Amino acid sequence: MKARVHVMLKDGVLDPQGQAVAHALGTLGFQGVGEVRQGKVIDLELAETDRTRAEAQVREMCEKLLANTVIERFDIEIG
Amino acid sequence: MKAAVLVFPGSNCDRDLAVAFRNAGAEVTMVWHKDNALPAGVDVVGIPGGFSFGDYLRCGAIAARSPITRAVIEHTHRGGYALGICNGFQVLTETGILPGALMRNAGLKFICKPVDLTVETADSAFTACYAKGQRISIPIAHHDGNYVADADLVARLRDEDRIAFSYAENPNGSTAGIAGILSENRRVLGLMPHPERAAEPAHGGTDGAALFRSLIGALALA
Repeated sequence: MKARVHVMLKDGVLDPQGQAVAHALGTLGFQGVGEVRQGKVIDLELAETDRTRAEAQVREMCEKLLANTVIERFDIEIG
Repeated sequence: MKAAVLVFPGSNCDRDLAVAFRNAGAEVTMVWHKDNALPAGVDVVGIPGGFSFGDYLRCGAIAARSPITRAVIEHTHRGGYALGICNGFQVLTETGILPGALMRNAGLKFICKPVDLTVETADSAFTACYAKGQRISIPIAHHDGNYVADADLVARLRDEDRIAFSYAENPNGSTAGIAGILSENRRVLGLMPHPERAAEPAHGGTDGAALFRSLIGALALA
């Protein structure tokens, strides 16, 4: 079973990299780009075949390692 | 006084930190990240600067889950002392031993230069040889030194006198200009500046030496 984790800075946490990307897009002439926020995508292959158990497992991985929940939030897609 | 200095793949200030501890009078053992236990009788653990595990995932994230780091967490729970410098501070926040987080510098640049710090408290084993309010110059060298804390945490750190050092001029966007903080029991210090790089005259400055002198002095009395 495959899982995909999206890790993003929490709303309200300043994202200087996103700001730099927004600035560079403006330099390239792209108009009308508002706030840009940058995150990570992590793909996992799991031996688990049960969706619910897989999601619980990935949630625990996020809380223990994949995200720093002080500043980041995460979303999990299964399958 | 026994000190242990952790070594992760990518640590690069481990030997400098060992020299600073030794010059202050400590007996130092280097400890590899795969070890499960600290040497017997260790008083203070030094977590050095560098780029442990290539800063993969997040700075300090992988080191914070290393076998030796579990032993460090237990050591601090027993009331043991720990000093995390730069990447070591990042490791300490990643373990949750110290609150908050360190993220990319607000200006996005890697900054490597001496900066002026204000000693915010002399009430700790790490800062006893300084005076509260003293200005000192210590080098920084980091890309991810922007200390993030919410308003509640900053208020708590202030109320509990746990801000050890602040930047005279904020170089990296850190909340409240915080450069280093203490744990609740004041026995763990994490800071982004490198006192071990300002510990003898050949370094161009010696303002960091008092930190090691403070620590060794406090532990000799304990």
